[in-house]
Amino acid sequence: MLLSENFLLALRALKANTMRSALTMLGIVIGVATVVALLAIGNGATASITSDIEGIGSNLITIRPGRQMMTIRNSTQAQVGSLYYSDYETLNKRVVSNVSGISPAFSSSYKIKYGSESFQVSVTGVMEDYLPIRSYQIENGRGINGSDNDSRSRVAVLGAQTADDLFGNLNPVGKDISINGVKFQVVGVLQAKGSSGIDNPDDVVLIPLETGYSKLFGTSAIKDGRQTVSVILLSADSSETVDTVIGQAEYLLRREHDIAPGEEADFNISSQADFLKTMDTVTQTLTIFLGAIAAISLLVGGIGIMNIMLVSVTERTKEIGLRKAVGASKNQILLQFLIETMTLSLLGGLIGILLGVGIAWVFTVLGLITSIVSISNVLMAFTFALAIGLFFGIYPAYRAASLHPMEALRYE
Amino acid sequence: MIVAENLSKVFTMGENEVRALDGASFTINEGEMVAIMGPSGSGKTTLMSIIGCLDVPTDGRYVLDGEPVESLNESELAQVRGRKIGFVFQQFNLLARTSALENVMLPQLYAGATMKERTERAKKALERVGLGARMDHNPNELSGGQQQRVAIARALVNEPSIILADEPTGALDSKTGVEIMSLFQSLHRDNGQTVILVTHDSYVARHTDRIIRLSDGHIVSDEKNPSPIKAGAARDEEH
Ligand SMILES: Nc1ncnc2c1ncn2[C@@H]1O[C@H](COP(=O)(O)OP(=O)(O)OP(=O)(O)O)[C@@H](O)[C@H]1O
Ligand SMILES: [Mg+2]
Repeated sequence: MLLSENFLLALRALKANTMRSALTMLGIVIGVATVVALLAIGNGATASITSDIEGIGSNLITIRPGRQMMTIRNSTQAQVGSLYYSDYETLNKRVVSNVSGISPAFSSSYKIKYGSESFQVSVTGVMEDYLPIRSYQIENGRGINGSDNDSRSRVAVLGAQTADDLFGNLNPVGKDISINGVKFQVVGVLQAKGSSGIDNPDDVVLIPLETGYSKLFGTSAIKDGRQTVSVILLSADSSETVDTVIGQAEYLLRREHDIAPGEEADFNISSQADFLKTMDTVTQTLTIFLGAIAAISLLVGGIGIMNIMLVSVTERTKEIGLRKAVGASKNQILLQFLIETMTLSLLGGLIGILLGVGIAWVFTVLGLITSIVSISNVLMAFTFALAIGLFFGIYPAYRAASLHPMEALRYE
Repeated sequence: MIVAENLSKVFTMGENEVRALDGASFTINEGEMVAIMGPSGSGKTTLMSIIGCLDVPTDGRYVLDGEPVESLNESELAQVRGRKIGFVFQQFNLLARTSALENVMLPQLYAGATMKERTERAKKALERVGLGARMDHNPNELSGGQQQRVAIARALVNEPSIILADEPTGALDSKTGVEIMSLFQSLHRDNGQTVILVTHDSYVARHTDRIIRLSDGHIVSDEKNPSPIKAGAARDEEH
C-alpha cells in the first residue's frame, strides 16, 4: 500500500469526525503558532535593536565617568569620577593609530527659544569629529567645525526633531535662537536618525564645546578648577581595531588618573560590541524561554492527540478486526494509525504556521514590531510538530496493531 | 484441504475456564459445501475462527493445504487470511461511510494490488453478486441483502479457495436468505470454491452437501446430505 493512499485513508478517517479532529489539532496549532509568531517577533525586535545600536555610530568607543568604591576611614563609599578636557587632549595626542575620530562632549539641559516657541532640550558641546563619529548626516547647512571651536563662535546645529519643534516649516539655517538667554545662530540641521527609544538622537542641539565652556556651561562644567566633559567618543578605523584602541585609551587614562594596575578605574570604556554581546545574551535567553513555552504547549498538544487516538482505536476495534480478517498485517495496521496521527499533527503544524505568520504579520501591520519570519524557524516548528505526531502516535498505533483479530471482531 | 485433528480451544477468564472446542476432528476437501450447526454456545464461531486462521487452537492440529498452521507466525497468518480465506459475517461488517466498491477493494489493498487491478477486480466481484449498479452506494444506502452481497463480493475479490460464512442469513428475512444461499451455491458450483457456513436454520443447512453438528465443543454428527435443496427452485416446491 502506498504512502499517499495511507494518507488519503487517514484524511477520510479524520473527516469522519471533523469536530473532534479539529479540537485535537488545536494543541499542535497553538503550539506551532506560538513558536512561529514569538520567534518572528523576537527576531524582529533583535534586528531593530541591533540596527539602532549600529546607527549610533560605527565602531564607536564610549568613555564615561565611572563609579569608584573608595574606603575612607573604614567605610566604603561610592564616588563618581570625572573626565576632564585634559583627558581628551591626552588621548587625542597619544592614541593616533587606528583612530578615525575623537571628540569630547559636554551635555546639559537648557531652555531654547525662537520667537514664541520655547522648550527644554539637551545642549551638547562638541568638537569637529563628533558628527562623523555619531554618524550624523547634515540635512541642511553645515556641521560644527574646528574654526567654530577656535573662535568660540556662537553657532548651533539642530537635530531634526528640535528643528521641527522650534521652527515648524521654516528653514532654521541663518536664524538666531536663544539658549538659556545666550544668542546663537543656527548654521545647520541634522538628518533624522529615527528614535532608538531611550534617548532620541534627533532631539538635540549641538554647539562648539569651546563656545559652551566660555559662554554657556559656566561653573557646571568646572570641577576642581578644571574643565570636565560628559563623555569622550572615539571611533576605531575598523571593528578589528576596537579592542586595541580600548586598550590604549584605558592605559593612558589610568596613568593620567593615577590608578594603580588592578585597582578599579573611575571611568568606563564601552564599545558597541559589548552592547551587541549583551543584546545577544538577552535574545538567547529569551529564545530559550520562548522555546520552552512552545515545547510545553506542543507536548500538551501531543498528549491530547495520543489521548484521542487511543479513544479512536477503541472505537474502531471492530474495523481493525475486519481489516485483519481480510489480510492486513500488524505492520499495515501500525502504519495506518501512525499516519493518521502524523496527518493530524502535520495539518495542525501547517495551520499553526499560517496562524503564526498571520500573528507576526498583524504585529508588523500594527507597527508594533517589524517581525521577521525565518524559514529555518518555520521548518523547525514544523519538524517538531511532526516529531510530536510520530512520538505520540506510536503507542496508539501499536495498541491497534496488537489487537487480537478474533477478539477485535467480537468486540461490541 | 482442511484437516482438523482433536482441535481444542480453551478460554480462561479469571478463574473460569470455558472449553469452547473440545477435541473436534474432521476433514473438508476442496470444493465441498458444508454447513455447521449446533445450539448457541456450542463453539461454531470458535471453530470458524480457527479454520479462518483468526485464532489458533489451544490443543490439537490444524493443517491447511498441507501446511500446519501452528508453525505460522502472525504475519504469515495474515497472509493466509488474505489469500486463501474469504469471510462473510452475520452483521456484514462493512466499513461505514465507504462505498460498496471501496469496501470490496479492501482485501486487494492489503494483498498489494495496484489501484487499477483493485478497481477492476472489485467491480468484477460486485457484478458477480449482482450489484454492478450499486457500486457507489454507501452501506447505509443499501438493504440488508444488498449489504450481505457486498460482503460476499469482498470475500470473493481475492479469489480465495475457502469461503467462511458465520450465520450469513441470520440477519436477513427468509426470502433474502434464500437468495444469498443461491449465491453461495453458484459460487460453489461455478468456481469450485469450498464453502463452509454456520447456521441455526436447518432449512438453510439443507442447501449444502454435508452437515456437521456441534454440541459443547464436540462433533456429534457429520453426515452427507445426498439431495441438497436447490435455492430458489426448491423453495417454490416446499411452499
Ligand atoms: N473470547 C472469549 N472469551 C471467553 N469465552 C469465550 C470467548 N469466545 C467464546 N467464548 C465462549 O466459548 C463458547 C463458544 O462460543 P462460540 O461463540 O464459538 O459459540 P457459537 O456456537 O458461535 O454460539 P452462537 O450460536 O450463539 O453464535 C461460549 O460459551 C462462549 O461464551
Ligand atoms: Mg457464533
